[in-house]
Amino acid sequence: MRLAKVTLIWAALAAAICVPIAAAAASPLLAWRDPLYILAGFAGIIALGLVLVQPLLIGGYLPGLSAYRGRRAHHWIGGALVVAVVVHVAGLWITSPPDMIDALLFSSPTPFSPWGVVAMWAIFAVAIIAALRRRLGLRARTWRVVHMPLAIVIVVGSVVHGILIEGTMETMTKAALCALVLAATIKVMADLRVWRKRGTLRGGSVMRQ
Amino acid sequence: MNTFVLNRRNLLVAGGSVLATGVSGLLVPARAEGLAPTPSMPGGANNYLKGAPTVNRIGKGGFWMTGTVRRAGDGAPLAGQRIQIWAHTTEGREGDERSHGATLTDKNGAFRLEMPQIIPIFGQPHGHLAYDSGEFKTVFLRPVMRSAKDTSLEAHFVLQPA
Repeated sequence: MRLAKVTLIWAALAAAICVPIAAAAASPLLAWRDPLYILAGFAGIIALGLVLVQPLLIGGYLPGLSAYRGRRAHHWIGGALVVAVVVHVAGLWITSPPDMIDALLFSSPTPFSPWGVVAMWAIFAVAIIAALRRRLGLRARTWRVVHMPLAIVIVVGSVVHGILIEGTMETMTKAALCALVLAATIKVMADLRVWRKRGTLRGGSVMRQ
Repeated sequence: MNTFVLNRRNLLVAGGSVLATGVSGLLVPARAEGLAPTPSMPGGANNYLKGAPTVNRIGKGGFWMTGTVRRAGDGAPLAGQRIQIWAHTTEGREGDERSHGATLTDKNGAFRLEMPQIIPIFGQPHGHLAYDSGEFKTVFLRPVMRSAKDTSLEAHFVLQPA
C-alpha cells in the first residue's frame, strides 16, 4: 500500500479518537468538576475510542499490521478497555456513590445508565473468557460464537450510553465517533462472515452453495 | 374506514378531555378531587443531607427553583411546609453542605428559592427536592431541566398524611 494511503488511514483513526477528546477537554462543564470526576469522564470517552479500534484491528483494516500483530494489539487494547471502564466506574462511584450504586443496580432514573452497565458486564465477560480461553479449551469457532454477540452488546450499549448522556462530550464529535464505531463493527461482522456456519476468514469465496 | 375515523375521533376527544382535566387540575387545585399523592422519584434522595438550614438564598443565586405543595385528595394548598433543595451547581457539588438549603411554602402552598445555576451532573441537568417534616409522608423529587441553559426549574408535591 502506498505510504500516503497508510498515513491517511492512521491519521484518520487518530483524528476520530482525538478530536472528540479535545472537544470534551474544551467543555465549559469541566470548570465545575473535581479532578477525579473529570478523570472518570475522560476514561469513558477513551473507552469509546478503544471500542472503535477493536473491530478495525481484528478486521485487519489498519495498514502496516500483520494479522498476528493486529490480533495481539486487539488483546492488549481489550485489556486497556477493561482498565478504562474500571477507572470510569470507580471514579464516578467516589464522586457520587448513590448515583453509581443506582446505576449498577439498574434503579437509576437516567436512561443511559443501564446501557453502560450492560456494556460493562459484556466487556468484563469477554475479558474473562478470553483470559481463560486456553484453559477452557475453547475452539476458535466456539470462541467466536461467544465473542460476537457480546461484541455487539458492547458496541450498541456503549454507543447508546454515550449518545444519551449530557456531559462534557461535544454533540457532533460524539455522534461522529459513535457512527464510526457502529460502521466499523458492521463492516467487520460482514467481512468475517461470523454468522455463517462454514464461514472462512477474510478473503474466502463469497459464493453461496 | 368509518369505524377508523370514528375511533380516532373518539380517541382525540377522550385524550382532549383527559388533558383538560389534568391542566385544570393544576390550575385550580382546590377543585381537583381525588388528587393522587406524588411518589418519590428514583434517585431523588441521592446526596440528601438531613436538616438543611432554611435560607433566603443558596449561595449567590441566579437560578430559581419553584413549585407547589398540595394535599392529596382535595388538592388544598399546604402553607408553611418546609421543602429542602439541593443540586450540583456552579458553586458546589450535590453532596456539599453549601449546595443545600430549605424554604417554606406561602399561604398558596407555593415556594421559590434562589440558588446557583444548576450544571449537568451524572449525565443530566437536574435538581433534588425533599419534603420530610413528618406530618406527611416523605417525598423526594428529582426534576430534570429541559435544557442545561434553563435558569429555573419547578417541582410539585402532592402529599398524603403520614
